[in-house]
Amino acid sequence: MSTPTTYREAVREALREALQRDPRVFLMGEDVGRYGGTYAVSKGLLEEFGEQRVRDTPLSELGFVGAGIGAALGGMRPIVEVMTVNFSLLALDPLINTAATLRHMSGGQFSVPLVVRMATGAGRQLAAQHSHSLEGWYTHIPGLKVLAPATLEDARGMLWPALQDPDPVLIFEHAQLYNLEGELEPGQVVDIHSARVRRAGSDLSLITYGGTLGKALAAAEQLDAEGISAEVIDLRVLRPLDDATLLASVRKTRRVLVVDEGWRSGSLAAEIITRIIEQGFFELDAPPMRLCSAEVPIPYAKHLEDAALPQLASIVAAAHQVCG
Amino acid sequence: MSAQPVPYESPFALRLLHDMLRIRRLEERAAELYGEGKIRGFLHLYIGEEAVAVGALHALAPDDAVVATYREHGHALIQGVPMQAIMAEMFGLQQGCSRGRGGSMHLFDANTRFFGGNAIVAGGLPLTVGLALAERLQGGTRIAVCFFGEGAMAEGAFHEALNLAVFWQLPVLFCCENNLYAMGTALARSQSQTDLCAKAAAYKVATQAVDGMDVVAVHEASRAAVEQVRAGQGPYFLEMQTYRFRAHSMFDPELYRDKAEVEQWKARGPILSYTARLRAQGLLDDAGLVALEAEVEAEVEAAVTYAQAGSLEPVADLCRDVYTPQVSP
Repeated sequence: MSTPTTYREAVREALREALQRDPRVFLMGEDVGRYGGTYAVSKGLLEEFGEQRVRDTPLSELGFVGAGIGAALGGMRPIVEVMTVNFSLLALDPLINTAATLRHMSGGQFSVPLVVRMATGAGRQLAAQHSHSLEGWYTHIPGLKVLAPATLEDARGMLWPALQDPDPVLIFEHAQLYNLEGELEPGQVVDIHSARVRRAGSDLSLITYGGTLGKALAAAEQLDAEGISAEVIDLRVLRPLDDATLLASVRKTRRVLVVDEGWRSGSLAAEIITRIIEQGFFELDAPPMRLCSAEVPIPYAKHLEDAALPQLASIVAAAHQVCG
Repeated sequence: MSAQPVPYESPFALRLLHDMLRIRRLEERAAELYGEGKIRGFLHLYIGEEAVAVGALHALAPDDAVVATYREHGHALIQGVPMQAIMAEMFGLQQGCSRGRGGSMHLFDANTRFFGGNAIVAGGLPLTVGLALAERLQGGTRIAVCFFGEGAMAEGAFHEALNLAVFWQLPVLFCCENNLYAMGTALARSQSQTDLCAKAAAYKVATQAVDGMDVVAVHEASRAAVEQVRAGQGPYFLEMQTYRFRAHSMFDPELYRDKAEVEQWKARGPILSYTARLRAQGLLDDAGLVALEAEVEAEVEAAVTYAQAGSLEPVADLCRDVYTPQVSP
C-alpha cells in the first residue's frame, strides 16, 4: 500500500532504516542532530538514535569528511552529510586525494565504504556560493561513485545499496526536490548502477538527472501535445554511467537532448554526448544537443537565476531544435 | 644536554639501537639504489630522525593504528612491515607492500594496521581521528597514532583534526616530528606561533615537548602519553624535536640551511649518542656492535636481493583496485 510522502521524508526514512539495520552506520555532519538538518532531513534522528550515532560536527568539512574516511577504514559505515556541494569544496582533499585513491594506492588492501550526502543545485535565490551543480566534477574521479536520486523511490532506496558498496559513494540531493510530494510503495528495492527510462517515447531522447528530471518530464508532456514523442531518461547514477541504457534509447529515437544544470564547458553533458557519438554516431538523425546552465555564477535576483537555469520553455525550445 | 642513563634491560635496550640501525641502513641503501636508477620518483629520507619512530612505535600495542607521512619508511618498518616488502615497493614491484601502486611515499600494510604513507601534508590527521572514532564507537581499546611534520601545523587539517579529536575525547596520539623545516622553509619563516605545544594547547590537549634525538626520552614520553590516551583521557600531543640530516628529497640542493647547522645536529645524532650511552653503561661492546651491524646489513641485502628478483605487475592489470571487486549476489 503506497503512502503519501515527500522527498525529504523519504531520505529521512532511508537514514532511519540504515541506522536501525546496521549498528556500524552513523550519521555525521553540520547541524544534523540538534538542529535537525539544514533541510530538516534528519529531524528526530538524534532523539531516536542518540548522540553517538547522530553526530553534530563543528564547521570543519575537511576534518569531518576525513574522519568519515578514517571511520570507514576502521570498520564503521559512516554517512557524512555536507550542507551543500559548494561547501564540499572544503573537503576536496580528503575526498579526492584519499577516499578515491586509497584502495588503489594501497594495492587493494584498504577499501573506503563511505557515503557522503549533500545538497546541490539552484532555484532558491541563494546566489553563487550555495547554488552550484558541481556533481559533474566528482564524476571525473576514478575511485568514486556518484548518485543523483531524482525520485521519491530513489531518495528512499539508494542509500542502503550505497552503504553496502565497499567504495566511497557520493549522493547528490537537489535542494529543490526536498519538498517533492508523491506516493511511495513500501519495500521497493532499487539499484545503484543503472539509468532508468522515466517516460517512453519514440522521437527524441531527453537525457537528464536530479533537479531537472521534473522539468524534463513536464517538457515531454508539452512536446507530446505538439507532436513530438520524447523519451525521458533519468541517469540516476552519474558515475559509472550506464551507457547501454542511453544507447538503447538513442537507437530507438535517433535524436538526443541532454539537460544538465551544470555548466556547459567540461560538463557531464559533454561526456554523455561524447559517449553517444563514439558508440552511436551512425544511429543519429541530427546533431545531439545539450541544454546547460548559463556560464555565470548563479545570481541572486530571481529573474536572473531563472534565466540561468534550464527551464520548461527552454527545454521545449531545444527539443524542437533537435527535432526540427 | 646530558642524557639520563638508559633505563632498560639488555634485550630491549639493544632492540632500540637495532631498529634505528635498520632504518638508517635501509635508507642509505635506498639512496644508493636511487642513484642507480632502481628507485625513482620522490624518496624522502628519515635519516637523523630515527629515534622518533623507534621510540614512539615501541610504546604502542601491536594492533594500534598508525598513520604516517611521505617520509615513512622507518614507521612502516618498525610497525612491522617486512623490509623486503618495503624495498620491493620502492622498486615498483607487485611484491611490494602496495603492489607497486604507491612507491616510497605510499607504503601500506593491512596486517600491521599501517594506514600509509600520506603525501598530502596533514592529510593523514583527519583519517586518524576517524580511525579513533571507529574504535570508540565499537568499544575497543586500540588507539590511533599519527605522525606529521611541524609544517602540517600550518594546515587547516591539523586544526580541524585536533579540535575534533579533543572535542570528542578520542584515543589519538598526535606525534609532531618537528625537524625545523617544512621542505625548505624554516618554522620561524612561516608560522606566527613557533611554540608548537602552545599552539596545540589552544585546543585543550595535553602536550609535551621531547628531545627527539634521544630514543629513551621519546620512548618514555610516548609510553606515558599512550597510557593516558588508552585510558580514555583524550588525545595527547607530543612535539618531537628532531632534525633531518639529509636533503628533503633527492631533488633538494639544500640552499636554505647552513652546513654548520647540519653538522651540529649530526653531533647529537640519535644513533651516535645512544650507542655511546650503551657502551658507557656496558650494555654494548665492539663485538656486539659489529654483530648488530652485520645482522642489519644482512637484512638489508636480503631485501635488495628479494626486490631484484621481483616482478612487475602485468600492464593488463593497470585498472585493478580502483574499485573493490564485488561478488555478484
